[in-house]
Amino acid sequence: MTRGSSGENAGWRMRGVAVLAVVSALGVQAWAPSVGRAAVPEKTQPGGELTFAVAAEPPSFDGHRETTFAMIHPVAPHYSLLLKFDPDTYPKIVGDLAESWTISRDGVTYTFKIRDGVKWHDGSLLTAKDIKATYDKIAFPPPGVVSVRKASYAALERVEAPDARTVVFRLKWPEASMLANLASPWNFIYKADILAKDPRWYEKNIMGTGPFKFVEYVSGSHWVGKRNEDYFVKGRPYLDGFRALFIRDTAARLAAVRGGRALVEFRGDSPAARDDLVRALGDKIVVQESSWICALTVAINTEKKPFDDPRVRRALSLAVDRWEASRVLPKIAFVKEVGGVLRPGSEYAMPESELIKLAGFWKNIEASRTEARRLLREAGVPDGFKFTFKNRDVAMPYQPVGIYLIDQWRKVGLNVTQVVQETGPYTADLRAGNYETSLDFVCDFMDEPDLQLFKYLSSDKSPANYGRYKDPVLDDLYLKQARATDPAERKKLVWAFERRVLDEMAYQWPTLWWQRIIPHWAKLRGWKITPSHYLNQDLRDVWLAKE
Amino acid sequence: MDERTIELPGLAVEARPLAAIPRGMRSLLRFLRKKPLGAAGGFIIVAMALGALAAGVVAPYDPLETDFDAMLGPPTQAHWLGTDAFGRDVLSRIIHGARTALLVGFASSFLGATLGAILGVASAYLGGRVDLYTQRCMDILISFPIIILALSVVAMLGGGTFNLILAIMIPFIPRVSQVLRASALAIREMPYIEAARALGMGSSRIILRHMFPNVMASYLVMLTAFLGQAILLEASLSFLGLGTAEPIPSWGLMLRGAAVEFAERAPWMAIFPGLTISAAVFAFNVLGDALRDVLDPKLRMA
Amino acid sequence: MRTFILMRFLVMIPTLLGVAVLVFLLLRVVPGDIVQLKYAGEGAFVPKETLDLERARLGLDKPLWRQFVDWMWGVIQFDFGLSMWTGRPIRYEIAIRLQLSVQLAIMATAIASLLAIPLGTLAAVKQDTWVDHLVRVFSIAGLATPSFWLGILMILALLILFRWLPPMTFTPFWVDPWANLSQLIWPALAVGYRYSAMATRMTRSAVLEVLREDYIRTARAKGLWEPWVIARHALRNALLPITTVIGLEFAFLIGGLVVTEQVFNLNGIGMLFVEAIARRDYTMTQALVLLVGSTFIVMNFLLDLLYAMLDPRVRLR
Repeated sequence: MTRGSSGENAGWRMRGVAVLAVVSALGVQAWAPSVGRAAVPEKTQPGGELTFAVAAEPPSFDGHRETTFAMIHPVAPHYSLLLKFDPDTYPKIVGDLAESWTISRDGVTYTFKIRDGVKWHDGSLLTAKDIKATYDKIAFPPPGVVSVRKASYAALERVEAPDARTVVFRLKWPEASMLANLASPWNFIYKADILAKDPRWYEKNIMGTGPFKFVEYVSGSHWVGKRNEDYFVKGRPYLDGFRALFIRDTAARLAAVRGGRALVEFRGDSPAARDDLVRALGDKIVVQESSWICALTVAINTEKKPFDDPRVRRALSLAVDRWEASRVLPKIAFVKEVGGVLRPGSEYAMPESELIKLAGFWKNIEASRTEARRLLREAGVPDGFKFTFKNRDVAMPYQPVGIYLIDQWRKVGLNVTQVVQETGPYTADLRAGNYETSLDFVCDFMDEPDLQLFKYLSSDKSPANYGRYKDPVLDDLYLKQARATDPAERKKLVWAFERRVLDEMAYQWPTLWWQRIIPHWAKLRGWKITPSHYLNQDLRDVWLAKE
Repeated sequence: MDERTIELPGLAVEARPLAAIPRGMRSLLRFLRKKPLGAAGGFIIVAMALGALAAGVVAPYDPLETDFDAMLGPPTQAHWLGTDAFGRDVLSRIIHGARTALLVGFASSFLGATLGAILGVASAYLGGRVDLYTQRCMDILISFPIIILALSVVAMLGGGTFNLILAIMIPFIPRVSQVLRASALAIREMPYIEAARALGMGSSRIILRHMFPNVMASYLVMLTAFLGQAILLEASLSFLGLGTAEPIPSWGLMLRGAAVEFAERAPWMAIFPGLTISAAVFAFNVLGDALRDVLDPKLRMA
Repeated sequence: MRTFILMRFLVMIPTLLGVAVLVFLLLRVVPGDIVQLKYAGEGAFVPKETLDLERARLGLDKPLWRQFVDWMWGVIQFDFGLSMWTGRPIRYEIAIRLQLSVQLAIMATAIASLLAIPLGTLAAVKQDTWVDHLVRVFSIAGLATPSFWLGILMILALLILFRWLPPMTFTPFWVDPWANLSQLIWPALAVGYRYSAMATRMTRSAVLEVLREDYIRTARAKGLWEPWVIARHALRNALLPITTVIGLEFAFLIGGLVVTEQVFNLNGIGMLFVEAIARRDYTMTQALVLLVGSTFIVMNFLLDLLYAMLDPRVRLR
C-alpha cells in the first residue's frame, strides 16, 4: 500500500516573491517531462487494452466547461496540457506540451517553449497558435461559450504566439497561482482552426494530441480509445487502447472490478469495497490510498431563524464529535482526517494543536456537548427543536456522514429530519437559499488557500458560498493572505481566517476530509494515486502486466 | 410491486354483481379450514400490524440508537438480527420500519382504491360524456408502467413519506377504476337499481346505498392486491433513492447503500429486511387470493 | 369488422395526445432544469447570463404552447429532435437501447410462458391439493421478492461460486450469440420468474373458470381422456385471457425494467428513462414516455383485435 505525498515536504512554492526569487536565481527554470517511473523497477510491457469503470457520464466532452471526473476519466487520455502536475512528486509541476519556460523578473510575463513536431490526431502539426486559441477560449470565452474556471485567469491580460514554438502569457499583475493554473487538468489544448470555425465543436467531438485517439462513445455503455502511434513521447503510451465502462450502480461497479470486467475505478472506492476485493482476490489486488483534496462541509442558511444566531451555529458544530467520526466512519465510508478549511497535512493547514481550540474540534466531547446545550438554551432554542438537513443523493460519502451528523445532533436534543435530493434539485435549492442546513462539499485539483478559502467569502464575492452571509472581515483576510509573500505570514492570516469562519462565527464548517482509496488489479501498472481524482488521468505511463 | 404491472383488471376480478361479504364466526372458521394459506397470510399481517403499533414496546432497542463499538455486528443474543453499519439494531429497525411500510402501504392502496372506486362507479352510473372523458383520462394514466409513473411523481414532488404515498397511489387509481367500472356497469342494468331510480332516488344516494355495497367484493380484493404491491413499490423507490430518507427506519432503505456494500461481510443487513419485505408482500397476496376465492360466488361453487 | 378496427384505431389518437400533453406539462413543473443541472457538475458556478443563453439555444425561452407545437410537429414527422443532454438525435439514442430492451422482454416472456402455462394449468386441475398450494407458494414468492434483491443475490452468487460475472456491455445477438446470451440470460431469469408468477396465477384462474363450463362437463361425461380434455378444450379456451396478460406485460417490460437494468447494469430503455428524468432531459423524457405509452396502447389495440376476431360478441358492442 502506498500513500500519496502530503505536500508538506514539497519544496514548491507558488507564492509571489518566493517564486520570483527562485526564478531570478536560476534565470531559466526547465523540467523535462518525467519519463519512466522510479517506483516501477520492472520492465514495462507494451500492449493490451485497459478497461476501467466510471460512475457517471460526461455532460459534454469539453474540459473547459465541465467540472466532473466523469468527463476527465474517459476524455483526458485524448488530450495534452501545457503543463501538468507530476504524479510522483505532487505538487511539483512539469511540462507536457511545454518543453521549458521562463518567468520574467517582474512576474508578469511567462514564456513557454513548445515541443517540436507534436501531431494532432488528424496528422497536422501543433503550433503555438493552438495553445493561444485554447487559452483565449478559457480566459476570454466568446459569447455563448462556457468557461467555468475563467475567474482563475483574471490576472491574464493576453496570450501571444510570436512564433510556431513560443507562447507568451502576459499578466496584468504578478499572480503566484498562475503557473499551477496553467497545469490545470481541465485545460485540454484544442486546435485553433477548429475553435475558429466553431468554438463549441469540442463539446461533442474529440481532436487532441494526447496519447490515445478517440474510437467510439456509446452513451449509457462505454467509451473506447486506441493508441496514438504518433504520440510525441517515444514509446508511449504502452497500452494499445483503453475502454471506459459507464456503470452507475455502486454494487454493479464493484462487481465489475471483482469479476475482472474492469480493472479499476479511478475516483475512489469505499473501505468496504477495498476489503471485499482484497479478501476475494488476495494479491491480485493492489490498494493505493491518499488523502484527498475534498471535504464534506455543513452549510447553514444564515438568513433562516434561529441559524442567524452565531451561538446556534456554534452549538451545531460543538455537538459533532469529529474525532470519534474519524475513528469510526473510515470503516464504512471514504472519509478520514479531521481538518479545517485546508487539507490536513497540506502546507497551510492548521496543525492539530491549534485546531483543537476551535469550536467543534475539542477533544473533550462531553464538555463540547454541554457547551452546545448551554448555547442553544441561551439562544432560546427549545429542547427537541426540529429542523431539516438536506443531503445529496450520492451514496458515498454523503449518506453515511449525513446519518452521523443527525445522530450527533440528536445527542444534544436536536430533532433533525433529513431530506435527500437528486443533484439537480439539491443544487438549485442550495443556490436559492431554499434550505435550513445542508451537506455541502469542496473539491479542488490542488492544495491552494486561494481555492479552498474561496467558498467561505461573503456571498456576493463567492458564488460557492451558500450560507448567504456577508463578512468584510473574512474578505479582507482573504485578500491579505493572497498577497502575503512570506509563507509564515500567510499561514498566520489563513489561520485567522479559519478561526473567524469556524470558531467565532461558525458560518459553515468542514466535517471530515475524504480519503481516496483505489483498489485495482495488480496487473495494472504505472498508475500512481494523487490527492485529486482530476489529476494524472492521461494513462500515458500505464501498462498491463501479462499473467 | 416494483416494476411489473398488476394482476390484470377485468380478468382477475370480474364483474360480480351479487357478491356479498360473508359474516360471522362460522364463515371465519370455514375460511381458516378451506384457505390455510390465506389464513397464514392474515396471521402474518395481524402480527406485523400489532408489532408496528406497539413498536416502542416490542422493539428491543431505539431504532435510531447508534453504537459505534458494535458496527456491522453479527446476530447475537443482544442483537438477534445483528447490527448495521452504524451499530443500530437491525431487528428494532425492522419492527419500526413496519410502521413506514404499513403506513405507506395502507394509505396509498386505500386512497388509490377508494378514489379509483369512486371514479369507476360514478362514471359507470352517470354514463355518457362523463364516462367517456373519465375513461379516456384513465386510459392515459394506465398506459405507463407503475414504476415509471410513481418515479415521475416522486421526481416532481420530491421524497418524503407523504409524497411517496401520493406517488404510489396515483398509478393505482386507473387500474381500480377500470375494474370497478366494469362491475358497476353490470349492476346498473339490474332491475332493483332501475326500481330505485323510478322511485325518484337521487344519483348520489343510489351510488352510495346500492351500487357501492355490491362492488365491495371487487374493491376489497383489489385493495389487498395493491397493499402488497405498495409495499414492494415503496421498497423499490427507496432502493432507487427516491423514497423515505434516513435515519427513519424503512425496509427499502435498509436494503440500500451499506446493505449492498457489506452484502458479503454482513449479510444479515440485507437478508433480514429482504425477507421481511417478501413475507409482508406474500402475506397480502395470499390473503387477497383467499378473499377473492371466498368472495367470488362463481368460484366458491367449486 | 373494418369499422370496428377503424374506430378502435381512432380512439388511440386522443389517448396518445393526452399522454403527450400530460408529460409535457409535468416535466415543466419538476423543480431544477436541465441547463442548471448540466452546468452543476461537481459544484461549478455559472453566471445566469450563460444559463439563459443556453436555455435560449435549447428553445426553452419560448412560450410553452410554442414549445409544445414545435415538439408535436416534429413527432408527426417521426422527428423527436435532439437529446438536451447528449445533443445527439433521440432516435439514435433510443435505437442503441431498444434492441437490448426488446430482446430482454422477449426472453423474459418466453421464460415466463414456459413456466406459467404448465404450472398454472396443473394448479387449476389439482385445485386445493398440495400441488396447487405448492405452485401458488412458488408463484406468490415470485411476486413477493423485490427484483433488485433477487438480482443482487444472483450477481453475488455468480461472483462467489463461479468467480465470474456476466459481460458489462451489450453485444447484439448476431454479432456474438454467446456473449449476448451470457449477459442477458440472468436478468431474463430474474424478470421471467417474477413475470411467470403473475401469468401462473392468471392461467390458474382462467383454466378454473373454463373447467366449470358445460362443454367441459360434456367432454368429461363422454369419457374423454382427462389430459386431452384439458389440453384440447380447457387450455385452448383459457388461452385468450392468458395471452392478454402476457401481451400487456410484454409491453410494460420494454420500458419498465428500471430496477433490474440498474442492478445488472444494462443499457436499456428503463435506465435511459431514469437518467433522462434525473437529468431533466425534457426532449428525451417526452420521447420515451410516448414510446412506452404507445407500446402499451398499440398492444392493447392488437389484443382487442384478437378478441374481436375470436369472439364475435365484442364486435357488436
